[in-house]
Amino acid sequence: MITHLWINNEEAVAIILFGIGFTMLLFQKNLLKKLIGMNIMDTGVFLFLASMGYIEGRKAPIITDGVMEAAAYINPVPAGLVLTGIVVSVSVTAIMLSLSVRLYKRYHTLNIDEMYERSRHAAEDR
Amino acid sequence: MKNRKKLFDKLYNVVAVICCLLLIGVLLYTVARLPHYGEENPRTVEVVERYVERGVEETGAVNIVAGMILDYRAFDTLGESHVLFTALICVLILLGKDEKNMRKEFDSYYTVEYENYHKLAGDSILRLVGYLLLPCLFLFGIYILLNGQLSPGGGFSGGAIMGAALIIFAAGFGFETVDKVFTEKLLKTVTFIALTFYSFAKGYVFFTGANGLENHVPKGIPGMILSGGLILPLDIAVGFVVACTMFGFYSLFRRGSIGHDHTFMDQQ
Repeated sequence: MITHLWINNEEAVAIILFGIGFTMLLFQKNLLKKLIGMNIMDTGVFLFLASMGYIEGRKAPIITDGVMEAAAYINPVPAGLVLTGIVVSVSVTAIMLSLSVRLYKRYHTLNIDEMYERSRHAAEDR
Repeated sequence: MKNRKKLFDKLYNVVAVICCLLLIGVLLYTVARLPHYGEENPRTVEVVERYVERGVEETGAVNIVAGMILDYRAFDTLGESHVLFTALICVLILLGKDEKNMRKEFDSYYTVEYENYHKLAGDSILRLVGYLLLPCLFLFGIYILLNGQLSPGGGFSGGAIMGAALIIFAAGFGFETVDKVFTEKLLKTVTFIALTFYSFAKGYVFFTGANGLENHVPKGIPGMILSGGLILPLDIAVGFVVACTMFGFYSLFRRGSIGHDHTFMDQQ
């Protein structure tokens, strides 16, 4: 298994990046750090997709010199999927950042536990 | 109450560590069973063969990826542009300044405040870099936008470069300068026209294609700039949406409005 993992080292690194991001999502209390973890997860997914499409010794899928065989080019499908992923990642990051701004405005903290405490105090005061 | 909180924290940490390790372990185990890196996966060949061998003939684009995302899977790309547009609308709802939303007391949440709005013009280094860099950046963005069907690039990358150029423009020369050209109304009009054009043009091609009708979009000679049928106009539409969205995000996070905020600024 280890030798196989070494052969697939790019995919393995992508999975480890994904794991680091997931761990940050679970352990960080700060909302911005959670967001950074989310972005690291996205990066892992992009690396995974890009490395799945790569085929040794072949060229990028742009037809040059009239060579039309599929055996001359790498797999173009993952490139399109990565594009979708990047767009969604940008949108999600923007929405989450603006939600963080609104939460900070309401509770004056980015710590998620502190936020919970303050929301409970506010409910008791009412 | 305190004890229960502490117990919960400890339990949470243990369960979270187990979850993370389990996730990484399962995924690494799967990776070890995937086809070898750098070798072709024989199960995925069928679609790829079709795209590469008949792509030029069917879409007219030399760049197979552009032909794929803007012809075979054009509705996917339409969805992506709408995702960007929806994200811009969400940020506008959350951060846009108006009477009821982010009021004057919350002015300090933006980096550009009322007092320094008219003074803000960036420092001299940023201005000099802007003078040198901006024409090249815009030109490069347009080049990438127009060459999507011939070389790596296309709507998303070209639009992102043009959005970055707009952001540098705003940072170096102040929002006041940008507001003279780039207003909220212009952004809304451009985005609306681009998305509508995309939907109708591609809807027409898909409708005629599915019913075996002739469509009147010339394919052009592969390798020339006016080739690829609808790919070039669609690339331009997507590029405009992306550029507007990028600048919209930046502007909303910095000052809470896309163009000059008449109703709110002029009251001061």
